[in-house]
Amino acid sequence: MPCFERDWTAEQVLDAIRALPIEKANLMEVCGTHTVSIARSGIKRMLPKNVQLLSGPGCPVCVTPTSDIDTILDLALEKDVIIATYGDVLRVPGSRHGDSLRRRGSEGARVKMVYSPLDAVSLAEKFPDKQVVFLGVGFETTAPGTAIAVKQAQAKGLKNFTVLSLLKTVKPALETLMAQPDFAVDGFLCPGHVAVITGAEHFRFLPEKYHRGAVVAGFEPMDILLSVYHLLRQLAEGKPTLGNEYTRAVAPKGNPLAQQTVERYFTPCDAVWRGMGEIPQSGLQLREAYRQFDAVARFGLELGKPEKPSACQCGQVITGKCPPQECPLFGKVCVPENPVGPCMVSGEGACAAAYQYQEV
Amino acid sequence: MCLAVPLKIVELHGADAVAEWEGVRRKIRVDFIPDPQVGQYVIVHAGFAIERLDEKQALADQQAFSEVENALL
Repeated sequence: MPCFERDWTAEQVLDAIRALPIEKANLMEVCGTHTVSIARSGIKRMLPKNVQLLSGPGCPVCVTPTSDIDTILDLALEKDVIIATYGDVLRVPGSRHGDSLRRRGSEGARVKMVYSPLDAVSLAEKFPDKQVVFLGVGFETTAPGTAIAVKQAQAKGLKNFTVLSLLKTVKPALETLMAQPDFAVDGFLCPGHVAVITGAEHFRFLPEKYHRGAVVAGFEPMDILLSVYHLLRQLAEGKPTLGNEYTRAVAPKGNPLAQQTVERYFTPCDAVWRGMGEIPQSGLQLREAYRQFDAVARFGLELGKPEKPSACQCGQVITGKCPPQECPLFGKVCVPENPVGPCMVSGEGACAAAYQYQEV
Repeated sequence: MCLAVPLKIVELHGADAVAEWEGVRRKIRVDFIPDPQVGQYVIVHAGFAIERLDEKQALADQQAFSEVENALL
């Protein structure tokens, strides 16, 4: 594994980047927290013009298809249901104009924002005559805590707690991107907090199978600059490899306790991603033994229904084919106060970050 | 979504813990940290500690967080 230049200043890293013989390079991050850190720090403007940083499918809210949001919105109307959710799902619009969980809440549906999945378990204890449905949205980082919520609900003998699992895993999505003929990304900033769970080695398939650079990156501006430098150096040398810049948090094999917990409660399933369609084995569903805690089974729901066509380019944006600014809706009808697509809703969405930090 | 912050464990009761940053305390869970101890720094995501951090690194990260916060004030 390469060493990273911890004693360099940002200016030194930028000088080293400029000195590299790179004709053109497209690098992609696949983590909403990276998207925000890159936008906020203005790193794109510091890099040479021939180096492009793209946002991939790294914002879990953004990759949730509209049809699943509609399913959630319908569920919120059911008698005696309380929807418990992380805050960033509240404003995501369904297919009907102006429809969102926040709107449903203002119309009388019971929608509660929670900080941790265990807050949703507490809600179920507090309201025994209601059905609490926790929206499990997120990637590998979020799955272990969701599993513990099911464990707690079972230990407490709760009959009114279920999880609607929209959990997804990053690797199958990256493999799907690779298979697209027009996918022109040379290297990846790998998501640091996903790697905390999975381990850095989880991303070794990128150089070994696909000959693409891969650096597991932290979230401070210097983490990102150093990771970009290393990806570009790999490209310049023609030797894509796996690097781990975020060694202060990410072990080669990740967090085994968290992995075992996910394995015990969840099993991979096919899942639909916005703009990418159905990706085999890219979702996580509760195992059969925990079916009583599965909202899909409890309420007879159907996830991943076909998407309706829309002028919104979120699907193109998160596959690196269309910068947010080139979407015909961006900054005109689609703004953070009145978002059309999820990439403008979530603070971590590529469009919201581009709008807020004026990456034009 | 995968935003996570470094916090210091100040109380421990089984898998339940209280962690703090700059005097702000919050309840967390330490299910995924083998042999957790009071005084250790952990990265916390959605109420769960997902990994231990060494103290020097944690303080450097918190410093960076403070700088961002101050810049936003």
